[in-house]
Amino acid sequence: MTRTREWLYAWLLLLPAATLLALFTHYPAIANLWHSFYSTPRGSRPVTFIGLDNYRALIDDPIFWQALSNNLWYALGTIPLSIALALLMAVWVNGHLPGRGFLRLAYFTPTVLPMIAVANIWLFFYTPGYGLLEQVTGLFGLPSHNWLGSRSTALPALMVVTVWKEAGFFMIFYLAALQSMSPHLADVAAIEGASRSYFFRRVTLPLLMPTTLFVLVNAVINAFRVVDHIVVMTRGGPDNATALLLYYIFEIGFRFWDSSYAAALTMVLLTLLAAAAILQFAFLERRTHYQ
Amino acid sequence: MITATGVQASYRISRSLETLGAWVLGILWVMPLFYAFWTAFHPPAFSTHFTPGAPVTLQNFVKAWQAAPFARYFVNTVILVTMVLAAQLVLVTLAAYAFARFRFPGRDVVFALVLVQLMIMPDVLIVENYRTMTALGIKDTILSIGLPYMASAFGIFLLRQTFKTVPRELDEAARVEGCSPLQTLWKVYVPLARPTYIAYALVSISYHWNNFLWPLIITNSVESRPVTVGLQVFSATDQGIDWSIISAATLMTTGPLLIAFLLFQRQFVQSFMRAGIR
Amino acid sequence: MKVFMGMWSWLAAAVVAVVAGSALAQAPVEVPFFYPVAVGGPITKIIDRFAADFEKENPGIKLHPIYSGSYQESIAKALTAVKSGDPPVTSILLSTDMFTLIDEDAIVPFDDLIKTADDRAWLASFYPAFMENSQTGGKTWGIPFQRSTIVLYYDKDAFREAGLDPNHPPATWKEMTEYAQKLTKRDASGNVTRWGVQIPSSGFPYWLFQGLTIENGVNLMNQAGTAVYYDKPEVIGALQYWLDLVNRYKVHPPGIVEWGTTPKDFFERKVAMMWTTTGNLTNVRSNAKFDFGVGMLPANKQRGSPTGGGNFYIFKKSTPAQREAAFRFIKWVTAPERAAQWGIDTGYVAVRADAWDTPVMKQYVAGFAAAAVARDQLPFAKAELSTHDNQRVTKALNDGLQAALTGTKTPEQAMKDAQREADRLLRSYK
Repeated sequence: MTRTREWLYAWLLLLPAATLLALFTHYPAIANLWHSFYSTPRGSRPVTFIGLDNYRALIDDPIFWQALSNNLWYALGTIPLSIALALLMAVWVNGHLPGRGFLRLAYFTPTVLPMIAVANIWLFFYTPGYGLLEQVTGLFGLPSHNWLGSRSTALPALMVVTVWKEAGFFMIFYLAALQSMSPHLADVAAIEGASRSYFFRRVTLPLLMPTTLFVLVNAVINAFRVVDHIVVMTRGGPDNATALLLYYIFEIGFRFWDSSYAAALTMVLLTLLAAAAILQFAFLERRTHYQ
Repeated sequence: MITATGVQASYRISRSLETLGAWVLGILWVMPLFYAFWTAFHPPAFSTHFTPGAPVTLQNFVKAWQAAPFARYFVNTVILVTMVLAAQLVLVTLAAYAFARFRFPGRDVVFALVLVQLMIMPDVLIVENYRTMTALGIKDTILSIGLPYMASAFGIFLLRQTFKTVPRELDEAARVEGCSPLQTLWKVYVPLARPTYIAYALVSISYHWNNFLWPLIITNSVESRPVTVGLQVFSATDQGIDWSIISAATLMTTGPLLIAFLLFQRQFVQSFMRAGIR
Repeated sequence: MKVFMGMWSWLAAAVVAVVAGSALAQAPVEVPFFYPVAVGGPITKIIDRFAADFEKENPGIKLHPIYSGSYQESIAKALTAVKSGDPPVTSILLSTDMFTLIDEDAIVPFDDLIKTADDRAWLASFYPAFMENSQTGGKTWGIPFQRSTIVLYYDKDAFREAGLDPNHPPATWKEMTEYAQKLTKRDASGNVTRWGVQIPSSGFPYWLFQGLTIENGVNLMNQAGTAVYYDKPEVIGALQYWLDLVNRYKVHPPGIVEWGTTPKDFFERKVAMMWTTTGNLTNVRSNAKFDFGVGMLPANKQRGSPTGGGNFYIFKKSTPAQREAAFRFIKWVTAPERAAQWGIDTGYVAVRADAWDTPVMKQYVAGFAAAAVARDQLPFAKAELSTHDNQRVTKALNDGLQAALTGTKTPEQAMKDAQREADRLLRSYK
């Protein structure tokens, strides 16, 4: 087809998606950047240009730094662990272990339950005195511990909930990938005397790379996006020990109504996500196997 | 010396350990669901004591049902998830096709702009999007929950990748037979991308089924509220947590999805398996 | 033919005019309002019933009750709606949101609507303790509707077991400490199986803390909402007492005590005395399988408790007809019988004295004396912490309290830091 027809066609194909994206992503993002340079309008007080004041306030804000550090630790704690567990689960379910139908179901059920609901159940697990964990540690004679109520264990406790929720979801993708691997490979490896772990490391893992990257993108997005469990379980406490960036933004924007400071914080979050996305996609474009 | 039986024995031991490990993990994983079942069917006094032979009751379900119109919330969620997925599939297919197989000036720039949505999720732009929805006049509708998500950069990226792997010969063969580009898309590209569609559908359904923050902000009424927001009526009371009712409500609203997965899990995984994610 | 047609078109026009005219004249006044649900029970049903009953008596008004989540979500929804130009006409929101709503220019005072002598009498009938958070600058901005105070629930059976008088809840800090020491049980290895007392510190510890500071002689802010007193010696002293319960006397659980699970802790008999809202009364009554009592909070220099709960507000972006309609509804729903019934059904404290004199309330109290404790405490109740930029100023205190309770900061340091932060936030409002 002619050049003009080609690009007319292309633009028509793109138009619906492009319109929605512009309306709900690009325009709000720019509006957000714009608003971060202006003060928050408050009823009688009009908006004034304040330049980089928000960003200066951000640097001086200890809670922001706490939230940032929390989020990075949270990402570090949940992403590798949930991916590794997902892979392990997939290997187990794929191998001919007894009861794998049950296992597959058991690993996947957390995905189906909304975080809002399970957060309450986990709250019971962590309750000191008679919570499930307490009942179990009590059996072993271990002392009582207030998991969510002490600064050192609150965030790790939430990380456990996240890993529990995500690993089964990622497992499905690994499972599909494993099951689509040609059985020839395993046979050849067995004949050549390769051990299971060698085979796993040198053959399986590289072939699973596209799946891993797919899963990694999802895991990174979720590490910054999901704050439902904080809303239910700790509300950011104790003393901001479980405040994540998006949760802090939500607090600033919808509890304190400081929309301009929230906009500045959002810009930081966006930058972080941009950096993560660029890294991942540079990888993805290069490493993916096309057959 | 490594004897055959020696190898076999160590293999069996490691297998048994693995089985044990897998089972322990499985039981740990299913604990919360098991707990939900326990508390939903037993009176509140037993929500923290696991005494066998405790009386079974359906009262919690009755109370949960009365506390909020869960049937309606469930219907809303199903409509939402279906609507979003359908729109996504269409929009994403068209856009990915354009990026994968058409040349036009500014293509790479536009693609980069699309990828921006991967970083800037609608979840982060709540206030601005709320304003937009009000301006459009569709605030507090199921459509307004789903609209910001319908053009999914993730889907466009995935599908573009998949489309790029379709051999050009097939494309040309279809053209030779007189197919228009759209017909080629429908006859050649879409069928070959089925596993990607399924993977993407799973991500999308799971995301929107579980989505909480944005629907909370944008909905006000029973007619548009999804299940997550509806469940939250139990999470924030002055009176503290009643695990029995929360569990009953959770089971009522996620039951259908659980059963669906129970019945169809094999088909699910099989359709993934047929060509896998690449 | 032409004449015939002409007549028909006249008739049609006339019919249209009449219908349109009557429609315009009788278009009902729409009053959407947000309400939170913060207690268990069929609140939505009760509110819907109120709306239906009110509409029956007032055919020109259409109420649209909209459930808006918790108090936090309700104020979030209300303010988002204000900012996008589409607010409800009235709402039930926290009494402490008053300054925030004023600063956002979202609400109008009731003074313009209160015109007759009856109205003035109605306004004067609310308990002064509840009006403290509803008035500022000489104007009335909120009308109390679902209000509460903190009370002390205690396990009478545990009291008997420990040799204490089950009809005498602790009346002073000293008594509370002593009782708690007798009530704390430990097992063979020294682990606590029942704590003597617990005061929740998750989410909004400032509210419980206010109980302690009022009892120690000082409230945390001024009436204009422009200054806070976090670092006054009495306040630090109150915090020290709380910490002593944990660290010195070891009768209070360590770390942050979760608000949501405290009633359950009480039912499970893991704690013998708990501080929580009077709104939990029905909950405790249904679920405590032992003899329990309710007492006022103990005094140090005086008795005291902060008030809590929600008021009605009227939003600015509404027509005069809507405001009148909303005002009429607010008066209707706070009438003595309704206020009494609402209090009985929900556990909130009926907001006016004459509600307590209605037959239905008298009968209720006769059968359940604990219900009157909150009312008896009202003379000692003071305003809940409320200032400009309220959420942030409160958060500064919450964070400080949690830091002290988790041992990260000393009470002095925590309160001084909180005061500094609050001063910075309030500077522009002075």
